[in-house]
Amino acid sequence: MNKEYFHSVILRPDLCTGCTVCMQNCPTQAIRIIDGKAKIISEKCIDCCMCLKVCPYNAKTAITDSLIELQQYKYNIALPSLSFYAQFSQKYSKNSINLALKSLGFEQIIDASYYAEVLSVYLKDLSLCNSTVKPIISTYCPAVTRLIQIKNPELIKNISRLESPMEVAARHVRNKIIEEKNISENDIGIFLLSPCPAKITSIKNPIGIDKSSLDGALSIKELFPKILKILLTQRNEEINDLQNFHGELWGRVGGQSKVSKIDKSIVVDGIEEVSKILDMIELGKLDNIDFIEAYSCVGGCVGGPLNVENPFIAKYRIDNRSNSSYPVSNNEIRSNFKFENLCWNKEILPSKIMELDNDISIALKKMEAINALLKKLPGIDCGACGSPSCRALAEDVVQNRAKFTDCIFKKFEGEENEN
Amino acid sequence: MKFEYTISNLNFSTAGEASSNIKKVLKLLGIDSKIIRRAAIATYEAEINIAIHSHGGKIILYIEEDSIKITAIDKGPGIENIELAMKEGYSTATHEIREMGFGAGMGLPNIKKCSNEFSITSEFGKYTKLEITIFI
Ligand SMILES: Nc1ncnc2c1ncn2[C@@H]1O[C@H](COP(=O)(O)OP(=O)(O)OP(=O)(O)O)[C@@H](O)[C@H]1O
Ligand code: SF4
Ligand SMILES: [Mg+2]
Repeated sequence: MNKEYFHSVILRPDLCTGCTVCMQNCPTQAIRIIDGKAKIISEKCIDCCMCLKVCPYNAKTAITDSLIELQQYKYNIALPSLSFYAQFSQKYSKNSINLALKSLGFEQIIDASYYAEVLSVYLKDLSLCNSTVKPIISTYCPAVTRLIQIKNPELIKNISRLESPMEVAARHVRNKIIEEKNISENDIGIFLLSPCPAKITSIKNPIGIDKSSLDGALSIKELFPKILKILLTQRNEEINDLQNFHGELWGRVGGQSKVSKIDKSIVVDGIEEVSKILDMIELGKLDNIDFIEAYSCVGGCVGGPLNVENPFIAKYRIDNRSNSSYPVSNNEIRSNFKFENLCWNKEILPSKIMELDNDISIALKKMEAINALLKKLPGIDCGACGSPSCRALAEDVVQNRAKFTDCIFKKFEGEENEN
Repeated sequence: MKFEYTISNLNFSTAGEASSNIKKVLKLLGIDSKIIRRAAIATYEAEINIAIHSHGGKIILYIEEDSIKITAIDKGPGIENIELAMKEGYSTATHEIREMGFGAGMGLPNIKKCSNEFSITSEFGKYTKLEITIFI
């Protein structure tokens, strides 16, 4: 597998009918239909999963790890994402869900909500500091960070650079286990229980850090029935449930701002609306805002494509549980976690994938050629050629990725001329 | 190379389209993102001004190897006192327009800040024309 452009979202050619729905909906125009099958241009893909959500034939899936991978390690740890527990009916306690995970082969379960709370403290510091770069944009949804790299590179400087709760949690727990349990580094396997391909991609192909502290990721959708089966056979013993932290609110849209207590924040979900807000920031229209909490999925991570529960019900459960959870003390957080250790250390680079050429004079010539072609195309953006719009086809032709006669109108014209 | 965009009066659903199109074109050309941002801001403010303050008009973009020229021209009513219009904070926007988030009186001054060369001409009752040059 080409590691540099690993993406978790993939296509199952056996199910794809070439219907063009995914291509028409992709926010970065990363899909083409070639020989009757959709193909993702991996450099343009941001893992937002729009294609996965709109595909009528379920031909888009995610590459994930499976429970077999656990055999590689002696000590396996599950790291449920923040929307995980909300997938289950409230009659199942967090404790019983964790016991079910243990019977699937995990030695230990990490509570990410604690780490989300740690990060909330520093997120507030960062958003409210007197910087000229405003507003700060959350990095929590990796699809949004990738969208900025491709579409709004001027906003890279606004990106918060705080690691995700998952990375911080995995590193912290790993170090603790090496120290306390005397288990060697290579024997520990930490697996994310993921709501989306975007988070899986950011483990295999991280932004802002050299290597992820996680070893793999399992799809919640795949695990869910297995866990439920165990829960159904478990005796309902009255056990005091495990503590829950406010940080779980990060699992739904608005949670980061709420836990961090940042008032001047804009909370936006759905990749198209996110894109509009990013454009407004670039136009300087949101300089008075401190923080942008943006999610590719509607509803935030509860709306992730690998989750199973209705996002609005899951959101209700998160909110409901947060009423009985306690915040961690600021002092405890500040003395145990230092800001410097929670930040990305690698530069985030703009993506050049949308450029026609490195050389502006060649790019201008290509642009002229595109405009000339565009005048000859019908301009109805039907998608039958396999490119998402007439303009995209013209661009593909100039870049030698498609033929002018891929346009069905031109094809027929050509055939008529021949006759 | 030349691109033209028509802006109609008080059509807020399309306002911003010229600016986002220009951004796409400049991005394809591989132009520095700082310059793209300046061009996008200048175009956006100019097209919003046409939509809000004028009877409609157009934005024309010329791209050459070393510069971007943006011309915004409308069909009036023109600006009576240009010096005043260029002042930060000066606006004749109605209460309604202000409610929509426009009318801070920052548009024209911002356009000027984003340009390397800037000129504004207007004949009261007839037209307003902005000529913006940004060096690449
Ligand atoms: N194209 C135009 N036609 C007529 N009058 C204009 C035009 N552009 C600007 N003006 C006048 O100049 C004033 C200042 O324009 P400017 O763009 O600086 O501020 P604004 O549009 O009122 O507010 P903002 O741009 O901050 O939303 C406007 O209020 C309007 O009276
Ligand atoms: S919003 Fe959450 S679930 Fe959806 S892509 Fe982003 S990180 Fe994944
Ligand atoms: Mg204005």
